[in-house]
Amino acid sequence: MAELIAKTPCAGLLPLEGGAVAVTEVVPEAMTLMAPFNGREAAFSDALKDAHGMATPAPKRATGREGARAVWFGRGQVMLIGARAQTALAGHAAQTDQSDAWAAVRIAGDDAEAVLARLVPMDLRQRVFKRGHTARTLLGHMTTSITRVGDDAFMILVFRSMAETLVHELQTAMKGVAGRRGA
Amino acid sequence: MRITCPICGERDRREFYYVGDAVLLERPDPEAGEAAWDDYLHNRDNPAGDTRDLWSHEGGCGAWVVVTRNTVTHEVLATELASDVAADLREARP
Ligand SMILES: [Zn+2]
Repeated sequence: MAELIAKTPCAGLLPLEGGAVAVTEVVPEAMTLMAPFNGREAAFSDALKDAHGMATPAPKRATGREGARAVWFGRGQVMLIGARAQTALAGHAAQTDQSDAWAAVRIAGDDAEAVLARLVPMDLRQRVFKRGHTARTLLGHMTTSITRVGDDAFMILVFRSMAETLVHELQTAMKGVAGRRGA
Repeated sequence: MRITCPICGERDRREFYYVGDAVLLERPDPEAGEAAWDDYLHNRDNPAGDTRDLWSHEGGCGAWVVVTRNTVTHEVLATELASDVAADLREARP
């Protein structure tokens, strides 16, 4: 019988280090997209709080912490990242298991902002994009979700099929930034 | 060109996809007759001046946005959520 081997989206591509930046793969135990039903937003938020200890994030915000986050994911959508969605949420939102659908990476270091500034057409500097802030935007040509998870760290999600492109884009930008620093 | 998404804030134009004239939100009643439907489907103004378009914030939050802009100066004058505009239109209906 065939032996199936599960590979993570960035297997063989990460980790990556260069200049003052390190990129590592994040492998959440589960990712579940939640779309609260019309009129059930408050009930959903209560259920999320009971089940996972975090409220529904407002638009452009993420709640929770490393290991279990609720990330605003566009209009009427929240991505539960890390924790496996508990059945108590079932009556309140349409849920899709997207655990294998996204490549997730963490980019951290003094130049993480400078690297992303070359790739993302929005201001991600800390004074406007603080810890717990999140955005749906573009990275190069890819749609992405970017969340600030630390003073010098971001979590980036792109479609799994784009993992290699993401790493290539980050690597190129990292080389450029390191070059400018004379590193 | 920058467009202010009512949800995400001011974003680069490349995050948005142009969909068409905002008159698309004013779909006639199914029984409105051929003339009304012909007009809705095929006839568009082509103003040198202010115009209202539907844009999709597809590289962002996914919202449909009504953008009022000037075709001569390229100035973006206003943005509103298409869902809000559509709700107002429904309310205004007799
Ligand atoms: Zn938006």
